[in-house]
Amino acid sequence: MTTIQHISTSRRIKDRVVQGLVYLAFALAVVPLVSVLWLVISNGLARFDLEFLTHSMRNIGARDAGGGAYHAIVGTLEQVLLASLISVPIGLLTAIYLVEYGRGGRLSRAISFFVDVMTGVPSVVSGLFILAFWILFLGMPFSGFAGALALSILMMPTVVRSAEEMLRLVPNDLREASYALGVSKWRTIMKVVLPTAFTGIVTGVMLAVARVAGETAPLLLTVFFTDSINNDPFSGPQMGLPLFVFDQAGRPNDTAIDRAWTGALTLILIVMLLNLVARLIAWWRAPARGR
Amino acid sequence: MSKQIQVSGLHAYYGSHKAIEDVSMTIEPRSITAFIGPSGCGKSTFLRTLNRMHEVIPGARVEGKVLLDGEDLYAPSVEPVSVRRSIGMVFQRPNPFPTMSIYENVAAGLRLNGRVSKSELDGVVEESLKGANLWNEVKDRLNKPGAGLSGGQQQRLCIARAIAVRPQVLLMDEPCSALDPISTLAIEDLMAKLKDEYTIVIVTHNMQQAARVSDRTAFFNLAGQGEPGKVIEMDETSRMFTNPSQKATEDYITGRFG
Repeated sequence: MTTIQHISTSRRIKDRVVQGLVYLAFALAVVPLVSVLWLVISNGLARFDLEFLTHSMRNIGARDAGGGAYHAIVGTLEQVLLASLISVPIGLLTAIYLVEYGRGGRLSRAISFFVDVMTGVPSVVSGLFILAFWILFLGMPFSGFAGALALSILMMPTVVRSAEEMLRLVPNDLREASYALGVSKWRTIMKVVLPTAFTGIVTGVMLAVARVAGETAPLLLTVFFTDSINNDPFSGPQMGLPLFVFDQAGRPNDTAIDRAWTGALTLILIVMLLNLVARLIAWWRAPARGR
Repeated sequence: MSKQIQVSGLHAYYGSHKAIEDVSMTIEPRSITAFIGPSGCGKSTFLRTLNRMHEVIPGARVEGKVLLDGEDLYAPSVEPVSVRRSIGMVFQRPNPFPTMSIYENVAAGLRLNGRVSKSELDGVVEESLKGANLWNEVKDRLNKPGAGLSGGQQQRLCIARAIAVRPQVLLMDEPCSALDPISTLAIEDLMAKLKDEYTIVIVTHNMQQAARVSDRTAFFNLAGQGEPGKVIEMDETSRMFTNPSQKATEDYITGRFG
């Protein structure tokens, strides 16, 4: 019979040291996050006013104060919405195919491989592709929609991967329970599997949205620049918040630099707001409600 | 509504591995048939071939015939989904749908298969929950999640869900193995009640349970590791447990192996 051992002093010390290191690593990881937030908020608040949110940059001279990002906010919202409308259905259906139908066959392995490749595509390349194919080859005009196409290329692999993970987490027991009730496969997926994975899928889609909302490079090549309000994403140059920040930050005047900071702050707020909405939807649909 | 099942020359495979070999038996209506045998001998596999749930697993296939009142379930023109509608199943682990309330869980089979009127649904849910001896415990919280019930209640909820679609046969794969003795007793009482209406087949590792509830018992065994499982003997439960004709059956039932 072995005797019960006490924790040795050396293990106690090791435990403390490692614990300290973990805390330190966490603190280090948080430093950039906090400092970015701090910088953006402190510098951005100066111009975060009603004029900024309701006016465009039209007729604002190089050295003028005032002006705003209304045109860029509208552009970003429309482009991200269009990109989501394109990539979420395709991404979700791809994930459903991979998890429920592909079963590790040749086609599903090929799809998996190309999704991985797509994840690694630099954002500027997706912009270049849309520029070369949509605008130069097909002769379409610069537009918010072209930007949305470029963004959806970036969004799709993220949606596929996260939705795939979430669908795989749904226990097989539930599928079998549904089959055993004489429910067909497609209905099982729609009524049992997707609702169970819903919260996770929403979170994944929001992460993808947050990622593309801040993309500058693909927009640079596809939506062009404008200082005016253009509500129609299907024709004419549009603006986007990342472009706005990029544009203003490159100008030599303090008034423009201030606008750039406020633009960045607005972008962060929009992404946070979208996230909040998604959390609310997820909470509202959560299975454990009322337990 | 209860129907007879006749199985002849049934083989089941997982890929190239043969899991059960040449099983033939008749399962009588309005009775409980128990399958006993060591782990891995193919009892559950065989049970799943009876409602075409076996082929849900990738690479799994079946040869042979299963007749439900004379109709071949494996005929090429037969739709597996409709087979499962007439032969319900209860699994080893309670698996209520986590996104659904108690009410929705019981209604799931009808709702997911098409439109049913609300009043009709209310009637079926109440009747099924009463049938599963669960109504009194849950009638005041039908809109609470099914996953919030205790293990035994969840299993009875799953039984209610299975009988709500009015199957002719009910297959139960070790329905009590995750439950405490009181819940087990509740489910055994339920089975005794349900056998008036349904053909019930139960897989169990609990010899006493087989002896208590079943009318007929089949003993499955396999010759060795990697060999396919076979039916060694099938008879009236009272005969099987007192005077089995095979030595292997007697050894297994009395706890002497090898």
